[in-house]
Amino acid sequence: MASDVAIRVEGVHKRFRLYAERNQSLKAAMMRGGRARYEEFWALRDVDLEIPTGSTYALIGENGSGKSTLLKCMARILRPDRGRITVAGKVSALLELGAGFHPELSGRENVYLNASILGLSKKQVDARFDDIVGFAGLDHFIDSPVKNYSSGMYVRLGFSVAINVDPDVLLVDEVLAVGDETFQRRCNEKFAELKDQGRTIVVVSHALGVVRTMCDRAAWLEHGVVKDVGSPAKLIDSYVELTHPERVEVVDEATGEEAGTRWGSGEVQVDRVEMLDRRGRRTRQVRMGDEVTFRLHYDAREKVPKAVFGLGIHRLDGVHVSGINSRESITLRSLKGTGHVDFSTERLPLLPGTYDVTAAVHSWDNLQTWDHRNKALRFDVEPGRPREAEGVVVLHGEWTAHPGS
Amino acid sequence: MTTVTELSASRELLANLVSRELRGKYKRSTLGWAWSLINPLALAAMFTLVFSVILGAEAPEGDPSGLKFFPLHLLCALLPWAYLSNGMTGSIASLTSNANLVKKVYFPREVLVASSVLSFLVTLAIEMLVLSVGFLVAGNNVLPWLPLVVLLMVLQTAFVVGLGLALSVLNVYFRDIAHFLTIFLQLWFYASPIIYPLALVEQKAVGRDVLGVPVMTLYHANPMVGFIQSYRALLYDLRFPDLGDLAYVSVVSLGALVAGWYVFQRFEPRLAEEL
Repeated sequence: MASDVAIRVEGVHKRFRLYAERNQSLKAAMMRGGRARYEEFWALRDVDLEIPTGSTYALIGENGSGKSTLLKCMARILRPDRGRITVAGKVSALLELGAGFHPELSGRENVYLNASILGLSKKQVDARFDDIVGFAGLDHFIDSPVKNYSSGMYVRLGFSVAINVDPDVLLVDEVLAVGDETFQRRCNEKFAELKDQGRTIVVVSHALGVVRTMCDRAAWLEHGVVKDVGSPAKLIDSYVELTHPERVEVVDEATGEEAGTRWGSGEVQVDRVEMLDRRGRRTRQVRMGDEVTFRLHYDAREKVPKAVFGLGIHRLDGVHVSGINSRESITLRSLKGTGHVDFSTERLPLLPGTYDVTAAVHSWDNLQTWDHRNKALRFDVEPGRPREAEGVVVLHGEWTAHPGS
Repeated sequence: MTTVTELSASRELLANLVSRELRGKYKRSTLGWAWSLINPLALAAMFTLVFSVILGAEAPEGDPSGLKFFPLHLLCALLPWAYLSNGMTGSIASLTSNANLVKKVYFPREVLVASSVLSFLVTLAIEMLVLSVGFLVAGNNVLPWLPLVVLLMVLQTAFVVGLGLALSVLNVYFRDIAHFLTIFLQLWFYASPIIYPLALVEQKAVGRDVLGVPVMTLYHANPMVGFIQSYRALLYDLRFPDLGDLAYVSVVSLGALVAGWYVFQRFEPRLAEEL
């Protein structure tokens, strides 16, 4: 195999059996006279792909398009029915973090266990142990049983072990949005580091913003067939044109209640944050330059004077893009009961990508924070006008030409 | 065979999984490891009370050791039996109870079955050590025979792993197998000379046959008979086991291992999606 190809997928077919009624008892098997009846369903059909060594490769497609199946075939968890997959070098898959942790054992014991499941020897783990624990940020808890860990700690340790296996090829399935902001930033740094070292990374993700910023090549799967291969920007543009995917809620699903940190004394609470499009419909996906309204629903449990609402927007890699508050615009003499405040902008200046919204309500002098919610909402910005822009935001203005002056 | 090289590369994983089983098992109990000794001892005490004290069953005299003590006669069959029974029950569930692992990580799945059996082998080894001390106290110098006991344990491990490999993977397709096994193990227990001596069966079975096959031939088809008789010969009687018994259990054990391996390989590819 040429050394510039990390993963070669040749004519891969994968068939699943959809059991009408599962035959998991002998009685059922005997009554039907043999194996269970099932329908066949081709999850992958004649997939050919070459993933270049050192690339960060994204598999995109709608739910059920076969991208996760393909990733599992690459990880050797599933075996293709036809065709073959050759992988050059050591593979580590981030499909589920902390799979195989034993709740009664300590973090330390689980690190060794998990690492050996992923193929590391004890000596290799010894050498990396401090890195693993340090990366997960669990120095103080490493000797307590993992059943006492919060879900965030659990996932962080799992991620840390998997990424420190030092794989030549790293397969990642929707686990990029894990842990708090600091940890996410460290993960992104780690991905960048692996990339610099020439490792190959294959990502399955619905977070198109992440794919766009992180990956340098992508394949688009539809109904188990490769529809197109190319640069992520080009592919995502035509993918969005064609499918208008719904924003998939990765924040809550992946990290549970740890989605966003929240603090405040609670006299007024921001119950939820919504994003509305031009026609006032709730959405999580807008285009660059669209008219957008952020709506903060509040519940003032106690009567408070002169409340100030704040709205922060962060890019997924942690860059604070914007922070705006209502102090100069509206004066709420007193607040009691429920209601909402809106922040509207006629032209959203954010570049394509994924963003998190932080919402807060505090006192006029900013001495009392009543409620502060990190990552209260996550949304995607898709390309709009202008099509070509770089940087953090796009300035809305006009070019004019004055030749010969 | 790539699977063989793969398996030898995952020796360390095997060791880690065995230690996970062992540590996890007694982690939160006060008596901890002692439980693996208390269980067989309690069972032995119970059987001794019922069969020896109440029903008046007598242990045969060890030949040539001259030892005559019901609990020791019982234990050198009961401990290997517990190994078989626990090893099979444990390994049959090893794939289904680690479904999450199988579906999310690639590693040779055989190690799940093997680690489950080996964790019980560790228990057996400790129990056999304590039992040997018991024999020494009772005046049986079992020390010269211990290497052969170890060999028997290795053979029995091959037997249990073989059965475990086949049944665990079949159990993924038909979950009834695990329930069926519980009943089958009870039958098997009484079909093996554990709470009664083999001589008793020989006495009653003289001249009887089933469909032309002598009862004793059928009885000896059960490999546990050969195993138990061999363990007893070594520890209780202090003599070399019957060569026929040894040859039979060796063939059956290796056969079971090969057959189990074959069945496992056959069903393993679709494991992650069937679980």
